[in-house]
Amino acid sequence: MELLSGGEMIARALEDEGVEFIFGYPGGAVLHIYDALFKDCKVPHVLVRHEQAATHAADGYARATGKPGVVLVTSGPGATNAVTGIATAYMDSIPMVVLSGQVQSHLIGEDAFQETDMVGISRPIVKHSFMVKRAEDIPMIMKKAFYIAATGRPGPVVIDIPKDVTRPDEVFEYQYPASVKMRSYSPAQRGHTGQIKKAAKLLLAAKRPVIYAGGGVVQGEGSELLRQLARELDYPVTNTLMGLGAYPATDRQFLGMLGMHGFYEANMAMHHSDVILAVGARFDDRVTNTVGKFCPGAKIIHIDVDPASISKTVAADIPIVGPVQSVLEEMLTQLQQLRGRDRELPDQGALERWWKQIDEWRDHHGLWTGQRYRQGDYIMPQQVIESLYRVTRGDAYVTSDVGQHQMFAAQYYRFDQPRRWINSGGLGTMGFGLPAAMGVKLAFPDKDVACVTGEGSIQMNIQELSTCTQYNTPVKIINLRNNYLGMVKQWQDMQYEGRYAMSTYEDSLPDFVKLVEAYGHVGMQVRKLEDLDAKMEEAFAMKDKLVFLDIFVDPMEHVYPMHVAPNGSMKDMWLSKNERT
Amino acid sequence: MRRIISMLMENEPGALSRVVGLFSQRGYNIETLNVAATEDPTLSRLTLTTAGDDKQIEQITKHLNKLVDVVKLVDLTEGAHIERDLMLIKVRAQGAMRDEVKRTTDIFRGQIVDVGPNVYTIQLTGTSDKLDSFVAAMAEVDILEVVRSGVAGISRGEKILSL
Repeated sequence: MELLSGGEMIARALEDEGVEFIFGYPGGAVLHIYDALFKDCKVPHVLVRHEQAATHAADGYARATGKPGVVLVTSGPGATNAVTGIATAYMDSIPMVVLSGQVQSHLIGEDAFQETDMVGISRPIVKHSFMVKRAEDIPMIMKKAFYIAATGRPGPVVIDIPKDVTRPDEVFEYQYPASVKMRSYSPAQRGHTGQIKKAAKLLLAAKRPVIYAGGGVVQGEGSELLRQLARELDYPVTNTLMGLGAYPATDRQFLGMLGMHGFYEANMAMHHSDVILAVGARFDDRVTNTVGKFCPGAKIIHIDVDPASISKTVAADIPIVGPVQSVLEEMLTQLQQLRGRDRELPDQGALERWWKQIDEWRDHHGLWTGQRYRQGDYIMPQQVIESLYRVTRGDAYVTSDVGQHQMFAAQYYRFDQPRRWINSGGLGTMGFGLPAAMGVKLAFPDKDVACVTGEGSIQMNIQELSTCTQYNTPVKIINLRNNYLGMVKQWQDMQYEGRYAMSTYEDSLPDFVKLVEAYGHVGMQVRKLEDLDAKMEEAFAMKDKLVFLDIFVDPMEHVYPMHVAPNGSMKDMWLSKNERT
Repeated sequence: MRRIISMLMENEPGALSRVVGLFSQRGYNIETLNVAATEDPTLSRLTLTTAGDDKQIEQITKHLNKLVDVVKLVDLTEGAHIERDLMLIKVRAQGAMRDEVKRTTDIFRGQIVDVGPNVYTIQLTGTSDKLDSFVAAMAEVDILEVVRSGVAGISRGEKILSL
């Protein structure tokens, strides 16, 4: 058996785990590990410019590929800088393994240089964490960490590693465990057959059904089965912000996104439904609006791998705990049996009436059935996303930051495939987009990767332009520039009588074109609508260049629809600045 | 409603802080907490009492079960069970009160485990209610110190919490 030091075991375990990239930043407490990576490790390391970006890049990689993202940071500030990215991954259930350095074991608790209690700080935002006490435990801890991160409801796992555990002069027998079994961790493997059958019967008895699919369908690789199920029944489907792409946006049965900035037809269908099939979605407050008024006539079937997600905010009538894939598969079989053998068929007349009603809603205010935004002197932000969609033929990976641009992208880029839409939905982390795009581009170098952002968000991790130079990650940055913190301004317009408290930059924005040029990239300004498509084409034609499109859009535009709050229901929406449902 | 939740968890550093952290993080209350290793030194038994409506308790047990360090969990209040809380209470015992304290202690089947010229230290075990009643019965007495272990509990009959 091979003899390796603690640092070498970490490097080797990453290889054995099939890790493709390590996103990290060196420092005192992890120097032994970095030396081991330098001397003998096949896994490439990406040196970011700030640890937050390491976590977002690993996160973007994980969302696009489905494999855990890997982060390596030093103790103290390295670890605390990673916290925002860990919380981002936690809120969206993204598999991630974060290796953080720690001061030497004998110094722990003594307020040593760059010491921080990382296990303590990260406790509420990790799925689990480990503190390595003995070097010989490293292979098993690494195995467990990857296993926990990627199975069940995925999430980030932190491994805190005191420096002395990785010292090069002490070696141990290394063998990477082939499998792992934990008495205290066994995620559900399949759903309860009786419950699935009950759900299938309820679905067939529905008169006004809606399928409400979330990020769990993307994470759980259930998209294909969801399509089969929806088509089998001819039922309408809406996706959450996290679930976009789980059901193809260009399909007739798709109602668009639901929720606070969801589509009129999606929110109306939810509110008036009699049966909701919730799959891998968690009834987030940005979906439900006022919980007490949520879908008053609906019976709810809720499929989720995490039992704690079921009946957390909205009580489920038929809860089904299990992985989306196996539950949907079994449900499909049950439905086919019920329909074939037992001739239990949906009420076709009712379904026709339901579709007719939905089509009326679509015609009234569907975002894709007519232009619902006004046309001013400026380029409208919606037009930018429509242009991006046209130029990339709907086939790009799109990351976003957080704010108005995120909602416009979610509304107007029609995602036909899962894992293409990459955004911080749960935590709403500004600064996510660029590093996430880096992670995606590294995973898929031949694909178009666009980061839709705004002047606020992009400046939160703009230092990563340098990382993009170093590792040649030619992503396209689509900056919807409105010279405000747009979503903050929208709320200030709507709820604070237009008092723009600290939401303007007062002419302090940099010249983004010059800025990106300083990093060796290409920058372009777009001010006129007639130039938009041509510049967009030009940017994406430069396959090996990072291009920053600084697009001046209407600063006064709001995102609509928008749920009326407080005390509104799903159907209560602003459709424009002066039109309400 | 008051509940007694008892669990087996890995006897690992940090496991207890995950349980306690979960309660503060999600806005639940811990009223009492009791934890010690079991006959298997790799396992700790933790018993806590909390209060909440059915929905809250369901969420609490689900989230506790999700913690990787928690191996198994039972809500003892769902079935017949035995619960015991241990109290050490130090009271001023002078003059006529000395006899009064002794009598009340006997009535509650407590024991005086330490005697000083002016104080008694009384040990009392029982349900939390019984201990509360004893403290109430001591209303006339000058209570100097109260220490309670928190509830430890176990199911009645054949039902066991084990791996």
